[in-house]
Order: sequence, then structure tokens, then C-alpha cells
Amino acid sequence: MHELSIAQNIIEIVHESVPADELPDVRAVKLRIGAFAGVVPESLEFSFTALVADTALSNARIQIEHIPFTIQCHACRQSFSNEHGFVICPNCGGVDTKILSGTELQVDEIELDDVHAEAP
Amino acid sequence: MSVVTVQRKVLEKNDEIARRNRAFFSAKGTFVINLVSSPGSGKTSILEQTLEYFNGKINVAVIEGDVQTDLDAQRIARYSVPVVQIVTNGGCHLEANLVEAAMANLDLRDVKLLIIENVGNLVCPSNYDLGEAMKVVVASTTEGDDKPLKYPGMFRHASVLIINKIDLLPYVNCKLDVLKNNALKINPALKVFETSCTTKAGIPEWCVWLEHNLSRR
Repeated sequence: MHELSIAQNIIEIVHESVPADELPDVRAVKLRIGAFAGVVPESLEFSFTALVADTALSNARIQIEHIPFTIQCHACRQSFSNEHGFVICPNCGGVDTKILSGTELQVDEIELDDVHAEAP
Repeated sequence: MSVVTVQRKVLEKNDEIARRNRAFFSAKGTFVINLVSSPGSGKTSILEQTLEYFNGKINVAVIEGDVQTDLDAQRIARYSVPVVQIVTNGGCHLEANLVEAAMANLDLRDVKLLIIENVGNLVCPSNYDLGEAMKVVVASTTEGDDKPLKYPGMFRHASVLIINKIDLLPYVNCKLDVLKNNALKINPALKVFETSCTTKAGIPEWCVWLEHNLSRR
């Protein structure tokens, strides 16, 4: 359950990105999470909601953009997606491949209401 | 609706401390291993065998990470090496700041090898860089041959795979080739060792390889 620690890190980033008096206006914290980031979205949502309850961020929820796992082969230059996280090229069998996406764990954007919300 | 663009890595603070740790270890001339696996795969036994091998050759230090108890630190104390126990009190993995704090209780002067035994867990520790030179993942034959497919993150981030408990292969539902191939599909660069801490098979190969790696630095 390292999602609790990850949620804590996300909350710290929000605090550093938004002025304190605008924290109650935060509606959505948009995350980019790769298929192999090692994060369970439901656990992360649960942890985040539990941590922000009764705080200035209690109006905030996380929104997750799921990023698929893709690799590119250096030998045949083709790109592939697979759901197992394999990095061997399915076309030529090459092992010299690069992971293009699927390991992201990033805070992308924070959405705020323009109308000033009341802190709980 | 207004939008603040952030585009920051969630674990950037941990990564920053890990970079600091790495620079610190490098300045001390200490090679650091982050030993990871599921609970009960034999991390502590591999560690004991490794300490046995390097006894009298080079100075080794150990950080033990556990959710509760200092049982592992007690086990390691028999080898007369400096050992610090980190009890995470429920935390499922070590983070870079815990390792940084542990340095206050560990004198790395003349220590060539520091082995950090992480909390037994194949999921969470894979996200947290501690500042190590390499992650070594232990997978035992009793866990079956599908673990790399189920927990790819750990195998992707590791440099070495130690397949432990090979003496039990006749009794368990695990095919060595399948386990190895599954791991190599996730990470073709993995260096693989097959060991048994009971028969000592494969232990010298692992230790000699590690020793070569230390002397190359």
C-alpha cells in the first residue's frame, strides 16, 4: 500500500503549486499514470480522499489519465504496445528497445474553481 | 475554471534525496546494493552467505529494513559487521530519506560494500530509488515461475536476478527456464544467478561476480 505515500507526495505538490488561500478551490488534480507505474488507481483514489478529508483540499479529487505501455525497437524502428510490459521486439526479436511510455507517475495539471470556495 | 500546469514527477522528492545519497556513497567509495524480493524468498539468507564470503576480504555494512522487529539485524549481528535496523512501523518499503537518516548511525569509512535489505514486498519498493548502485531481486522457486509477469516493475528496475532455493526444484511447481525467460522478457539485461543457501550452489558464482564488480569501480 505505497499509494498512501504517493498520495501524500501528490498533496505536497499541490500545496507547492497553489497559493494557500486557493486550496479550497482545487477541484481536480490531474495525474498521468503509466500501465507499469506500479500504482493501483483505486487505492490511490482512496488514499487521496482519506488524506484530504477535513483539510483545505477536501473539495479536490484526483483524475487519472492512464498511459499505455509502448516500446520502440532500435533495430527495426517500429513501435509496439503490449499489456505484459515485455521489452523484446515482437517484430524482429531485438532486445535493444526503448520504453516510450507506460512508467509515468506525474502530476500534470491542477484545476481550480474560479468562484472562491469556502474552506471546511 | 482555471488550470495550473504542474508536470512534476510525484516521487521527485524521493529521487532528489536518492541522488544525494548516491553522491554521498560515491564520495565514500561505497558500492550499494538494494536487495529486494517478496517475503520469505531468502534475502536474509543470501545476505548471510554474501557476508560469509566477504568476511576478512573487505569491509561490508548492512541496513535492514523491516515492518516490525529487529530479528534480521540480530541475525546479521553474528557476522560482526556494522548493521542498522530501520523499522518502518507498517510502511511497506524503504524510502531514500530513511536511508539518509540511517547514515547518521553508520560509519562508512573503509566500507566497500553496503547492502540494504529492503522490506519483503515485490510491488512498492520498485518505485523508490534509495541511491543504490544496483537493485538485486531475489525470486525463489517456491514462489512459482510467473512472478516476473505479475510484478514486472521490480524485475525491470533490477540489474541482477538471484533465483534462490533451486534445491527445491524437484518438489515445486516451477520451471527454471520459464522463470528466467519471463524475467528476461521484462528486462533482457538482467544478470541471472541460480542459488541455494542450503546446498550453497551458485553462491560462489554470485559472490565472485559481485567482487569483480566492486574491483572494477
